Amino acid sequence: MSEVKDVSVVLGQVPTQHMKLNVGPQHPSTHGVLRLVVELEGEIVVDVYPVIGYLHRCFEKVAEQHTYTQVVPYVDRMDYVNSMNNELPYVLGVEKMLGITPSERIQAIRVICAELNRIASHQIAVATFGMDAGAFTPFLYLFRDREKILWVLEKLSGSRLLYNYIRIGGLMRDIYPTFKDDLRDIIKTIRETNAEINNLLNNNKIFVERCANIGILPPDVAINYGCSGPMLRGSGIPFDLRREEPYLIYDKLDFDVCVGSGTVGTVGDSWDRNWVRMLEMEQSLRIIEQAMEMIPDASEDVRAGIPKRIAPKGELYSRAENPKGELGFYIVGDGKPKPVRVKGRSPCYVNLSVIPEISKGYMFADLIIILGSIDIVLGEIDR
Amino acid sequence: MSPNDIYQRLKVEFGDDILSLNEEPGFEPAIKVNPNNIVDIMLFLRDEEGLEFDYPSCLSGVDLGENLGVVYNLYSLKRKHRITIKVEVPKDAPNVPSCELVWRSFDWHEREAYDLLGVNFVGHHNLRRILLPFDWEGHPLRKDYVQPDYFHGMKVQY
Amino acid sequence: MGLLDRLDDPYDIGDNIFLGTIEDVLNWGRSKSDWYMTFGLACCAIEFMAVNAAHYDFMRFGCIPRPSPRQTDFIIISGTVTLKMAERIKRLYEQMAEPKYVLSMGSCSNSGGPYWEDGYHVLKGVDRIIPVDVYIPGCPPRPEAFLDGMVKLQSKIKHQEIFRKRQNMSQADRDAIAQRQVELQKLREEYENWRKEHFDILQQE
Repeated sequence: MSEVKDVSVVLGQVPTQHMKLNVGPQHPSTHGVLRLVVELEGEIVVDVYPVIGYLHRCFEKVAEQHTYTQVVPYVDRMDYVNSMNNELPYVLGVEKMLGITPSERIQAIRVICAELNRIASHQIAVATFGMDAGAFTPFLYLFRDREKILWVLEKLSGSRLLYNYIRIGGLMRDIYPTFKDDLRDIIKTIRETNAEINNLLNNNKIFVERCANIGILPPDVAINYGCSGPMLRGSGIPFDLRREEPYLIYDKLDFDVCVGSGTVGTVGDSWDRNWVRMLEMEQSLRIIEQAMEMIPDASEDVRAGIPKRIAPKGELYSRAENPKGELGFYIVGDGKPKPVRVKGRSPCYVNLSVIPEISKGYMFADLIIILGSIDIVLGEIDR
Repeated sequence: MSPNDIYQRLKVEFGDDILSLNEEPGFEPAIKVNPNNIVDIMLFLRDEEGLEFDYPSCLSGVDLGENLGVVYNLYSLKRKHRITIKVEVPKDAPNVPSCELVWRSFDWHEREAYDLLGVNFVGHHNLRRILLPFDWEGHPLRKDYVQPDYFHGMKVQY
Repeated sequence: MGLLDRLDDPYDIGDNIFLGTIEDVLNWGRSKSDWYMTFGLACCAIEFMAVNAAHYDFMRFGCIPRPSPRQTDFIIISGTVTLKMAERIKRLYEQMAEPKYVLSMGSCSNSGGPYWEDGYHVLKGVDRIIPVDVYIPGCPPRPEAFLDGMVKLQSKIKHQEIFRKRQNMSQADRDAIAQRQVELQKLREEYENWRKEHFDILQQE
């Protein structure tokens, strides 16, 4: 009778090879056209190599051929889930180069639009993250509430998704008469739905088991990689551009900077990043309530401050806090109506480059969770 | 620290490699440096007590007519100050030492500057095209770029 | 009484018997249960997700999302098609089984969209690589516009001829199709040769 060998000894002698799996540009759960070449050893991820560029729409070349005002719709289409936040750093940068400051009423309306879009973007982030983990109901609930925000913004600017509303020197048009009542309805509804989603998704044992301790991002790695937004705050660093370099009227508003603190796992895991987004939605509602009070009822001509000829001379790097992180524009102008160079520094581009670092050693299904928690939008990565 | 203080600090340490400081109104305060010693300058900016630029904001390539420029935007989370470093290289020999090991974020930013402008970062471990297909010819963001007629059998123009 | 004797009686028959051709029945079944492939590229994909969600429910048209191209009837190209992505779209289209349809959503996939003039990497319209059945304009199109496009696709399917076309095709048409197939085969071989030449680079990628 032959001896029964120890199974691990036998398996240790079997020659194995790493498998390269292509999570292709068309895949049910990559958030857009992203291609990941994953090197697997069995089910464990050894290396990840992201391939981007499937949505490269030549934004920077286009921006050199159009005037400063004509670039605003293209800036919209970079991160298409929150267009108002995209327009802000570009418009603020050009206004700073020209030396104009719009009135406080216009700034308050801009803050409200930006915060509404922040809520809409986080709703999509949480909804698709839930779908990656296998939960379909939060998707339906959050999209139902997102429709209400989109209806208000449609009444305000005319379009549901890509607004072209914030212009250099002012806005496209003034608010409509029942704007504040609509906002009060939205605030009430979103607070209820958020409580529901917390119950259904975030505190759900299955979801917690799926997301806790997955994709831990240490704070010093996050800073060295230049991560920003919920990725940085989920690792415990309270850095928010609305507090550090206040723009518009954020220095007069009272809100908290939401930080992840390892409630159900380690600090900096995927559940923390998701939780930071849920908390930020509540803070955005607080900001909207305060900014609403700062809009006087008397209407003014919001297009009065728009200059007739926009041809700034100078170079500026202006940045603002996008829902995904720090969106920056490096604008170079030489006194002509068209810019020389507009470089968009997108937060998702930098956040995605962390993926090879934080996903080694996890299983393949966890890689999808990590990708969902980074919350990428390909339009911004590829520009 | 103000940009002038940072400029004086760098001048003390590196002497002739630091060329000039531009502080005109309307322009972001920028320090122009010699590209040859850029990695040491960046390490000094990151590690030196009092400067501590630990957060890389942005790296952009610019086409300046006859030269290619690279602009580094840096920010410090601890000291809350920011600075811009500029480098200029001629178009026929656009070699800049790579800073990807100083801040890991510049890994992808340098690949993009190479892809769209043709700046060659010496010492980068994986300098390949990142946004355009791997067999694309030319560097589109240069001012003298002409669109190709056909790519893989598909007509490019409208 | 037999079935045919009851045909003239309005009260007995009710709505239990329909008379029609096989084509009508087949087309009715095909148009009311189109399964589509989830293929979102850019901003129009967000609008498309909103159409799928609860308010402008898309599944009530009988359309269920399937992730694999082999199990779908039609593909919705929503978003900008770049040159890098175009080859993959062509491959996905070829993987779908006949009869298949293409819905081009948004102005980027109709004709290049806002990037028509200066976009060096944007394909000016997805109909340069695959045949499109319905174009939906808009940037992004409203959900109601999208549903209108879907209704047009359904009516197009309902009025398709399945059987007669094959019998009525003339010999000249058939010759032309055969010759075109030969030309396409030559082009495919050329492309394969070119691809094998550069295979090393592909393996490193």
